[in-house]
Amino acid sequence: MSNYQTNKPGDDNNRTSDHRNREEFEETPTWAAVVTVLGYAILSALGWLRDFLRHIGLEEKRTAHDPNPKDFVPLYQSYECFYTRNLYTRIRDVFNQPIASVAGAKVHVMERVSDDYNWTFKFSGKKIPSINLGSYNYLGFAENQGPCSEQAIKSIETYAVTTCSTRHELGHQRYVKELESLMAEYLNVEDCIAFGMGFATNALNIPTLAGKGDLILSDKLNHVSLILGARLSGATIRTFNHNDMKDLEAHLRKAIISGQPRTCRPWKKILIIVEGVYSMEGSLCKLPEIIELKKKYKAYLYVDEAHSIGAIGSRGRGVVDYWKVDPNDIEIHMGTFTKSFGSAGGYIAGKKNIIDYIRVSSHSACYSSSMSAPIVQQIISALSIIMGRDGTNDGQKRIQQLACNVRYFRRQLVDMGFIVYGNNNSPVVPVMLFMPAKIAAVNREMLKRDCAVVTVGFPATLLTESRVRFCISAGHTKEMLDHALKAMDEVGHLVSLRYSKKNPHHRWVELDHADYDKEYTS
Amino acid sequence: MGSSANQDNVASLATDFYSLLESFKETPFYHLLFEIFLVLTVLWLILFRKPRRIEKKLTEKEKQELIDEWQPEPLVPPVDANHPALNVRVLDGIVGKTIEIDGKKSLNFATFNFLNFVGNPRIADKAIQAVQKYGVGSCGPRGFYGTIDIHLELEERLAHFFNCEEGIIYSYGFSTVASIIPAYSKRNDILFVDEGVHYAIQKGVEASRSTVKWFRHNDISDLERLLAEQDIHDKKNPKKARTLRRFLIIEGLYMNYGDLCPLPRMVELKYQYKYRIFMDESVSFGTIGQTGRGVTEYYNIDRRKIDLISSSLEYSVGSIGGFAVGSSFVVDHQRLSAQGYCFSASLPPLLAAAAIEALNIMEEKDTTLCDTLMEKSKRLHRKLLDIKGYLIVGEDISPLKHLRLTNSQNTVARLEEIVEFAQTRGITITVARYLNDEHHLPEPSIRLILNVEMTDEELEFLCTVLQEARVKVTV
Repeated sequence: MSNYQTNKPGDDNNRTSDHRNREEFEETPTWAAVVTVLGYAILSALGWLRDFLRHIGLEEKRTAHDPNPKDFVPLYQSYECFYTRNLYTRIRDVFNQPIASVAGAKVHVMERVSDDYNWTFKFSGKKIPSINLGSYNYLGFAENQGPCSEQAIKSIETYAVTTCSTRHELGHQRYVKELESLMAEYLNVEDCIAFGMGFATNALNIPTLAGKGDLILSDKLNHVSLILGARLSGATIRTFNHNDMKDLEAHLRKAIISGQPRTCRPWKKILIIVEGVYSMEGSLCKLPEIIELKKKYKAYLYVDEAHSIGAIGSRGRGVVDYWKVDPNDIEIHMGTFTKSFGSAGGYIAGKKNIIDYIRVSSHSACYSSSMSAPIVQQIISALSIIMGRDGTNDGQKRIQQLACNVRYFRRQLVDMGFIVYGNNNSPVVPVMLFMPAKIAAVNREMLKRDCAVVTVGFPATLLTESRVRFCISAGHTKEMLDHALKAMDEVGHLVSLRYSKKNPHHRWVELDHADYDKEYTS
Repeated sequence: MGSSANQDNVASLATDFYSLLESFKETPFYHLLFEIFLVLTVLWLILFRKPRRIEKKLTEKEKQELIDEWQPEPLVPPVDANHPALNVRVLDGIVGKTIEIDGKKSLNFATFNFLNFVGNPRIADKAIQAVQKYGVGSCGPRGFYGTIDIHLELEERLAHFFNCEEGIIYSYGFSTVASIIPAYSKRNDILFVDEGVHYAIQKGVEASRSTVKWFRHNDISDLERLLAEQDIHDKKNPKKARTLRRFLIIEGLYMNYGDLCPLPRMVELKYQYKYRIFMDESVSFGTIGQTGRGVTEYYNIDRRKIDLISSSLEYSVGSIGGFAVGSSFVVDHQRLSAQGYCFSASLPPLLAAAAIEALNIMEEKDTTLCDTLMEKSKRLHRKLLDIKGYLIVGEDISPLKHLRLTNSQNTVARLEEIVEFAQTRGITITVARYLNDEHHLPEPSIRLILNVEMTDEELEFLCTVLQEARVKVTV
């Protein structure tokens, strides 16, 4: 049963009860939840039976063997791998699917076949050209042609692939400085620092910002990198319900009034960590309300814009742009270059004194290799296009195309009767499946219809909330989206995915260009 | 006479008592009750009442006052504007055997470019071809269409190079070992870790939340002592001991000290005390062993006895990222449990292509590359030993050496002066940088790194400059 808040009319805060905050999380139908749990129970029971058969020797043990002698302590406890052996392996073919081309709007998925029920795979040699609805390519910069890749190639010739040195010691190249100042300008903040990996940006920099005696208030659905960073910092972590401002305020009040547990000393500082767009839910954080709370209680705010930078906002500047808040109200702006810029790495931006401190004490700056030249050049090229510095309006076109695609795709899915989660403007579109078997069924059926989608289940989501998650790109044309909608319509009919009680169930009918232009592109 | 006095006393006592009783009879009943009540209350107060904790029930006004009064610390403490990290040199051009700083060229002994693959035209070509085919980024994690055929090729090639069953690649060198250790070692498991391991390993150990037993750097007897202690502990509780996993975390060639781990003895102890060995060969991959296959090749130990070898693609190979090789039994687990693998975008294809080409070159050159490197390292070591005033830390075959000043003059400031002087003479070297929260902060040193393409004359020049610098700094 879903326990998220839907925005009811007449909510307190005027700023967030406008169209920008329209988020839907329709409740799970009871029968679907019951069937889902029953499904997992049957799978587990079968799993136990199979394990027993393997134990007594009736069934072949297909997992790899420990090369060490038997008297070593087992490396994995049997129950730790129960899920992998008995549930995951059954549908293993829908995950980790290799591709053989650029991960753009269309992608070539390599076909795999298995003779032994997914324990081992062989490549058939066939490549399936599919519409890519799974890669994070929001602004369509995953291209192997065009100005970005040309400039990346030039930078390989000028600077080579790497410097083999850390930032503190030697590896401070000119192009990194250029990237950082450009990014700071883009975000309208004082300074910025870039890192080679988005995951590491969170995991290795939160420990420098918080420590023992500090309190971290983290949203329940935050990404693993944020949780790892918070854990490594040594600060006390408390989670508040997803996007629940009342719960956040209650936590803030309680923290300041009661102080640290046991000693009752006042907290040294409080850091609120939220994400711009939550990648599994498609929801946006309620930034104006959080900023109000943060100012009222003198806390600090860390916003992870991994999925929202470039993809949200009328100028592509993320949730800050979307909600039209002052960037100086947020202490730490964090984001990644992987999603909207078609590159790799992460950044942290904010006031100069904070960034200077991170430059001095970041684990990443001191011990990791500095960023590779073509990677940085790709980001600089993409940023120049988005900001319109290249003399064209390609950047603005991409942003508008993405917004248009998102609205269209979401609307069509909702009209078909599927349960679609998230904010109307979020490019992450989760459609609920609930039952574990549908995770595999939808993925396989969509691939047969030349659509590469991502389906996720437990443990990435709650047990009863498996979903198919579409990532819309500016590179998708109306034809591609129509193809995907048609496929989804057929698969939805085949696998029974029309759960919505709020929206009536329709079969999909193609919208002709004139109507489409009138409704979506004006 | 005495007895009569006694008799008098007793008589007077009796009289007193009698009169007391009489007075009791005469007092009104309620008065007696009241007195008894008072006595009982006093008794209760003395014997039974416990001190009660005053419960804090604050009023709304008090709560608001607390909230108004609370002042947090600043998010970050002030930073010294002269900190070296804020005044780093800005580089131009390719950072290969020579490097250009502020328009001047100098010889590069500061970057981890052991095999001089940085700027190699074959590698650059392959990287360019990869961009033309795959674009720059991979746009997704491995689980969601981020697995590209070139990743699978690189993993196979690495496994083949090390003659292991399986390989797995990561998109960032630091995250490789920092994600691997917590994937296997959980709370209550035991980690025996060398004190001299580098920072990424320390973070991995911290993230695992396991029981950590540090032993002195490269001190086998200290390790044996800890193992024996653990053994005694196990014998007291054998049932629990059978569920505790044990790991030995070491490096092949230590980045902070430049010396080799005593691997043969550690493998012997492995079978005696039943622990698993995770060895990080970031520095020794490509530099130690006749064909660059690391410490196992150097000591001629069967690689199957090491449970997992992790390494980095950011040093000898001249790319970005990291990898691990070992048996399928061990490596496959990471595909679902290593956070840096599952929850992070995959390695950009151009960097994977660069790594594959680097492996090609290493395999083609076979022994000529790494053997040459070890020979030159030995020669450099001998030359450095001849310079007075320096303490050379590291093996003679190690291309990574640490230079410290003797006579208790070894400070970062003095070493920086040497570095600056060397830069004016056309030699780029660097002071090894560490963060203050290293578990076992190494002493200040200059980290000297040998590039295999350096000629004898250039090595001579390096020694000359170091000698001059030493003299200048002492003065």
